[in-house]
Amino acid sequence: MGDSTKAERTVAVLAGGLSHERDISLRSGRRLSAALRPEGLHVEEWDTDASLITRLRDQRPHAAIVALHGGEGENGSIQAVLEMLDVPYVGTSAHACRRAWDKPTAKAEIAEAGYPTPGWVVLPHSTFRELGAPAMLEAMVDCLGLPLILKPDQGGSALGTQVVRDKAELSTAMVGCFAYADAVLAERFIEGVEVAVTVVERDGELEALPPVEIVPESGVYDYTSRYTAGLTDFFAPARLTDEVAAGVAELGISAHKLLGLRDISRTDAMIDGDGTVHFLEVNISPGLTETSTVPMAIEASGRTLGMIYSDLVDQATKRSR
Amino acid sequence: MNPSGPTQPSDEHDPSRHNLDPHLDRYAARTAGMTASEIRALFAVASRPEVVSLAGGMPNLTALPLESLAAQMSDLIREEGLTGLQYGSAQGVPTLREQICEIMALEGISAHPDDVVVTVGSQMGLDMVTRLFCDPGDVVLAEGPSYVGAIGSFTAYQAEIEHVAMDDDGLVPENLREALARTEREGKRVKFLYTIPNFHNPAGVTLAVNRRSEILEICRQHGVLVIEDNPYGLLDFNGNIYPALRASDPDNVIYLGSFSKTFASGLRVGWVLAPHAVREKLVLAAESATLCPPTLNQLVVSRYLSSHDWMGQIKTFRENYRERRDAILGALEQHMPPGCSWTHPSGGFYVWLTVPEGVDAKAMLPRAVTARVAYASGTGFYANAEGSSQMRLSYCYPTPERLREGVRRLAGVLESEIELVHTFGTVHARTSSGPETPSPDTA
Repeated sequence: MGDSTKAERTVAVLAGGLSHERDISLRSGRRLSAALRPEGLHVEEWDTDASLITRLRDQRPHAAIVALHGGEGENGSIQAVLEMLDVPYVGTSAHACRRAWDKPTAKAEIAEAGYPTPGWVVLPHSTFRELGAPAMLEAMVDCLGLPLILKPDQGGSALGTQVVRDKAELSTAMVGCFAYADAVLAERFIEGVEVAVTVVERDGELEALPPVEIVPESGVYDYTSRYTAGLTDFFAPARLTDEVAAGVAELGISAHKLLGLRDISRTDAMIDGDGTVHFLEVNISPGLTETSTVPMAIEASGRTLGMIYSDLVDQATKRSR
Repeated sequence: MNPSGPTQPSDEHDPSRHNLDPHLDRYAARTAGMTASEIRALFAVASRPEVVSLAGGMPNLTALPLESLAAQMSDLIREEGLTGLQYGSAQGVPTLREQICEIMALEGISAHPDDVVVTVGSQMGLDMVTRLFCDPGDVVLAEGPSYVGAIGSFTAYQAEIEHVAMDDDGLVPENLREALARTEREGKRVKFLYTIPNFHNPAGVTLAVNRRSEILEICRQHGVLVIEDNPYGLLDFNGNIYPALRASDPDNVIYLGSFSKTFASGLRVGWVLAPHAVREKLVLAAESATLCPPTLNQLVVSRYLSSHDWMGQIKTFRENYRERRDAILGALEQHMPPGCSWTHPSGGFYVWLTVPEGVDAKAMLPRAVTARVAYASGTGFYANAEGSSQMRLSYCYPTPERLREGVRRLAGVLESEIELVHTFGTVHARTSSGPETPSPDTA
């Protein structure tokens, strides 16, 4: 399998799926496929539906790339399927996906290693129901202060994420957040500079690409700011002092290592006024759309999306030999 | 934008700066709402077969005689290809305009083909009428809720939309009087009333016949034009055909018609019937918009009307939709939790569901998508913040079995959401950016 020429190699880009992020995933998949074709690979875009297993078995792609966002694409399910069928794939293993995908688990691991991350609590709806929402919300505000940010404990693209600045907004925000997940991660909101750092793994060596600074016009990097071109300014590389930039790179590489990630990852972080870098979350299948930060970081590193992912395809096929 | 401390300042010409839209400061003010939408993105999932979509409004075309249409289109290209593939008149193919007049006669309309302008779907007619009549800040009256495509057109021309509440018999004349008095007191100029009298989208109700003349009289008294949008008029499940508003007031009603629901939505053929002076301007407006409606598509419709039993086909559509309407109403009765109410359409495509107080249908949509059912939340059908406790359920596309399953899933979603609202108390509807209703190709 690994001896075939590039032109003979079929890469299945898995995109779409049934998560709330289907639309974004389809866009990532299309962009990635378009970037890979000039690299000489035969690329096919596959949705993940009931035909997937038969297709993987019958067509035996040389490698798969998981461009699914949210749900089964990031929680390790699709990766487990690929492992069962012995299909080489780009990205993190099923086992590591399960840890990294769950935001509170990832935060706890990073915090244990000594990296700052904003204080948080994670609570299911049942706790609010059983202990009483008013008292619980009061305690949450006492613990984390305001403003705070609510996120579904799993999921991406900032879907369901809300910054709460006033206690009176909290109930509505909780209901909105619970529509996306069974548990809510409430986190202290840090005002500062938001950055995303992409880490690429090549032959066991980890490289942090130039961090991308994110400056949303609205002040909050929500779904609209992420996917409406022009509503957010990006700086790649970020306008950071050398010291802070080094701290961001170190965080990205450490998160990648500590969480057992593979091939490529993106770590989101916030830098406060003192220059402290706070870990927010990692993405094992980062967005690759026209407004996503990973392609910007790759471009800032002097390479192209196609070059990086083509190398990762080579790496995945070698790994399976 | 560049806080002091950890970052180094830079100016607008910083080569590291990526503003992904270099035209940002050039857009017209009317593009303000054209942003990415969290809600709209969720509808991408609705297209998957695992999801029962009650969200879109796609007609069910499975009953069309495709073999016979294929033969007809083949003949058409052979016999009239050089006409069909060529530019045509901005007003539309004359034969088709004559046939359109025959169709409108069923609703009591007496019209001359010269006063018909064929459009690229009635949506284009709506856009042109708004373009002709509305300056920024002019007021348009529309039922509350109203057709999302109309709200989009009015907003694009920066008109101000005032909703007029309906009841089970459609637009309430007294509410219309009050809305007109209120806007006049405020010194605003009302340009027209936009109304869907039959099997309303999204409300599913029909304007009572005994209210029709009163509505027309009120508008005449106040010097307000009426735009009658009637895409579903021939889809009454009992075979009734209601008299068009245009039939009783030819000088003050502009009528919008469509073949999208009675034949094929993909052909994009609709029409406007307007008084002579307005029609002259419409033709010029149409010419500047598209030069001419697609000639080939007009010829397809024209041949279909002359060579097929199109009324028989409409009867088949009605039977299909009635079966689906019965399925969804039966399922709602069986599964919906207490505190829900819904309209009982006697034709058309839609049921308007009101959920218990405190439940925000828009905020609930992600939960529904997780449960593999989708709907269009009510706020998309209002120009203001109303409609948060309502949703539109479309029964036109899924099979009766799928409709029953969709409603069963929706009931479970609602029960969970009601429990959540009980936990957190009454919540306020969240505001969000961008469009909140599905695109036209959503099932």
